[in-house]
Amino acid sequence: MAAENTTIFSPQLAARFDRLVTLYPVKRSALVPMLLYAQDEIGYISDAVVAEVAQRIGITELDVRNVVSYYSLMRTKPVGKYHVQVCTNISCMLRGGNELLHHCSQRLGIGHKQTTPDGLFSLEEVECIGACSWAPAVQVNYDYHENLTPESMDKVLDQYRAKASK
Amino acid sequence: MADVTFTVDGKQLTAPKGTLLIEACRKAGIEIPAFCYYPGLSLQGACRMCVVRVEKMPKLQTACTTPVADGMVVTTESPEIAQARKATIELLLGNHPLDCPVCDAGGECELQDMTFKYGAHQSQFVEIKNHREEQQWSPVVYFDRPRCILCYRCVRVCGEGMDVWALGIQNRGSGAVIAPNKQDHLECEECGMCIDICPVGALTSGTYRYKTRPWEMSHVSTVCTHCADGCKTTLGVRRADDGMEIVRGDNRDKSGFNNDFLCIKGRYAFDFASREDRITQPLLKQPDGQFKPATWDEALDFAGKQLREIRDTRGGKSIGVIGSTRITNEEAYLLQKFARTVLGTNNIDHHRTADYPSFLAALKAKGQKEASIRDFADAKAILVLGSDPTEQHPLLAWQIRNNVRNNQARLYAANHQDIKLRRQATGFLKIQQENYGALIAFLAGNEKTFEGNANAAGFREALRKEESIVIAFGSEYRGRDIEALIAFGAGFPNVKFACLGDYANSRGASDMGLLPDLLPGYVPVTGAGSFMQEYGAALPQTAGMDMVQMFDAAGRGELAALYVASADPVKRFGVDPAALKNTFLIVQDMFLTETAKLADVILPAANLYEKAGTATNTYGDLQLVKKAGDKAGVRSDFDLIVRLAGHMGHDIKSLVPFGKGLLADFGQSRGTQSGEADRHAVWLTAHQLELKASPFDPFAIFDEIQRLVPAYDLPRLDLMAGNDEHLKSDLVQIQTGATRRDLVLPSNDTLFTSGTLGEYSQMLHSVMESRKQSPAETAAD
Repeated sequence: MAAENTTIFSPQLAARFDRLVTLYPVKRSALVPMLLYAQDEIGYISDAVVAEVAQRIGITELDVRNVVSYYSLMRTKPVGKYHVQVCTNISCMLRGGNELLHHCSQRLGIGHKQTTPDGLFSLEEVECIGACSWAPAVQVNYDYHENLTPESMDKVLDQYRAKASK
Repeated sequence: MADVTFTVDGKQLTAPKGTLLIEACRKAGIEIPAFCYYPGLSLQGACRMCVVRVEKMPKLQTACTTPVADGMVVTTESPEIAQARKATIELLLGNHPLDCPVCDAGGECELQDMTFKYGAHQSQFVEIKNHREEQQWSPVVYFDRPRCILCYRCVRVCGEGMDVWALGIQNRGSGAVIAPNKQDHLECEECGMCIDICPVGALTSGTYRYKTRPWEMSHVSTVCTHCADGCKTTLGVRRADDGMEIVRGDNRDKSGFNNDFLCIKGRYAFDFASREDRITQPLLKQPDGQFKPATWDEALDFAGKQLREIRDTRGGKSIGVIGSTRITNEEAYLLQKFARTVLGTNNIDHHRTADYPSFLAALKAKGQKEASIRDFADAKAILVLGSDPTEQHPLLAWQIRNNVRNNQARLYAANHQDIKLRRQATGFLKIQQENYGALIAFLAGNEKTFEGNANAAGFREALRKEESIVIAFGSEYRGRDIEALIAFGAGFPNVKFACLGDYANSRGASDMGLLPDLLPGYVPVTGAGSFMQEYGAALPQTAGMDMVQMFDAAGRGELAALYVASADPVKRFGVDPAALKNTFLIVQDMFLTETAKLADVILPAANLYEKAGTATNTYGDLQLVKKAGDKAGVRSDFDLIVRLAGHMGHDIKSLVPFGKGLLADFGQSRGTQSGEADRHAVWLTAHQLELKASPFDPFAIFDEIQRLVPAYDLPRLDLMAGNDEHLKSDLVQIQTGATRRDLVLPSNDTLFTSGTLGEYSQMLHSVMESRKQSPAETAAD
């Protein structure tokens, strides 16, 4: 287990991890939650995150990378402050998801898995986010925005821009 | 477990309950194809090739994950099944490059064979293939991604089999890819098991890739020349300008006790044989200190004349002989016979890496208690004292890991280092290096505590509950400590022992009497009766000088001549070169070693891959050595000893009892060049010898060994068929209770070193170099 003074995580998260690995019959069951919490704090799963998580669980870095690369919701590169995830799965597609993605791309001047030069926004086309009833839907970080049109999408983006400049 | 009865393709079969259908079928001779299934590894169920129809089950079932059940009715071949397998292959070929004409695996590829069988030559897929460049992961491992069919065999053999866990799978679905542990390269034991087990050509080896095609090689099944485990290896050889070149080593036919296992040395470190700087003609030292090539007659005449003169004027006591741990039993035997009968001296020794005499003396009268390497594969419990099997006995480590994993065997280990095998151990005790002897006293119950270590009592308690155990010990144990260890071990109701030495035929060198005080079979030189009878000559009756005493005598100017056969004592024992300046030195070797540099005469010698005979591993398993490689200009040690005796004017027939009829070698041992009597004639003619009557026939000497050494009197046919025979070591005629200097000098070899041979393996050097560049992390542990 990593000593507190060598951890790359905040004291709160480090403490949480110390407890997490004791909750399951085998330590490695804590792998996915640890990676998600680490990604929230650090912004992405860096080499340092992989190394410390592997060490805390007692598995190889290769094992950690095998899992990270399996899940598309885990990323190994930094994203913008606001990570815009546009769903283009079937319900959203039928209700204009592709147009929404195209619109975001035009508005932000970036494509799939790219980040704006100011680091504010990044864009990603994702599979179903479980909001089919309110399609088309977009997830920004952990917040959902539903029943969107290109116009209402503009408002959403403007809100975040304003929030950032405060 | 109880047997169940079921029907496959109309045939009624019986197998123990719980047997996998695919295994039960294979045992009955019904082959079910599979890419991902591999005996001994965990089940994957990934490839869908083994699908069969089981009555009353709604869909085709995978035979590799279905246990047999009573009354099961199975069909393994039908148009429906053929269609399913064909469709699987079509998908596998969807992004397969089909570069079979240049692929290493072409000709021995399981995907190719299955495509041939099921005829998936037409494809519905018109998409452009997704190409990736091949990657080099280490000096020996290359990865060609598009060829991979994701069977996970490599991942499992590396993790489960080797306990290295260096390979994984990244991404998923069609993007899934085999990945090395250091992102763009591998850091592992470089055993090559992943390459060997790959059913296609996705993983290829740095030594073999793009060098030849499988059908251009001849394959010779022989014994590895590196460590003392004596793995069987199949060498692929190809005709070269100056003989036969070894291009590949594997044991894909799974013959022998090592099954398909080989470590890096067995699999790749044969490159020393084809080095440019090998000595290929006799060399004579000139007055100016330079070596000058000579003809065989010149060199042998000179050496023979000098030796004879020294023997006749100064006596055999002034001559020393040093043998090798990598020559055959017949050569070792012949060398001691040459020393004792031709030179008239007992001054003979070799580089000892384990105290076999003490071991066998302690075992004497205990019945057949020596463990074969096979015993480690199914022992219920194993105790390993000292040694680091992962580094020094890779096969032993493999057997133990498999036994622990597949049979839930219990491993106990005590060591002064944190050896890797502790990860498989039920009990591991870390001890001080100087306390191996004290440990036995503690385990035997003579001491209450051990090193103040609180875990020691629990370790002892668990260990002593075992009823059936195999005990292996390293060179940490010698002399009296071995005696104590055997006495302690004899307390178990059912026990076997193994003494771990270091080199390919260390055991044979010792068994065959390359010792100053012991004749072959450990008969004391003072009781040489049966030998004198057989030899028809008198033998020196007092013990000769050992290795250290010989070099001391040379330093005092009392060693007039020294004959060194395929060894480098000057380097191994750090001998001062000045000590040998007044000694007439004959060296036979492959390379200009530290010892050879001081020689007056150098004779170019063949290595273990270039000769025939037998070798004994450290567990007392006797195996046949066959000639695989060939190098123009060199001769086997056997050949050289006989010729030297001939040039000394000795009657060769009294040295090698050849021409005695039916037991002579009919070519079974010659490897690629023969196999049958008529081809044997070709071989003999090529070597200017007479048919069936060659003084260079190792089996003439093997006959004699079998007559004189009861432990080696084993069934010959089985040996000739390439099987290992366990020595009858209880028949060793050693005196018990005698005190001897053990002179054990462990080689301390790692996975990547191999004594003198290792120094001449470019491949081992490049692996060590690459590891220096990327310092190890602790991750894999």
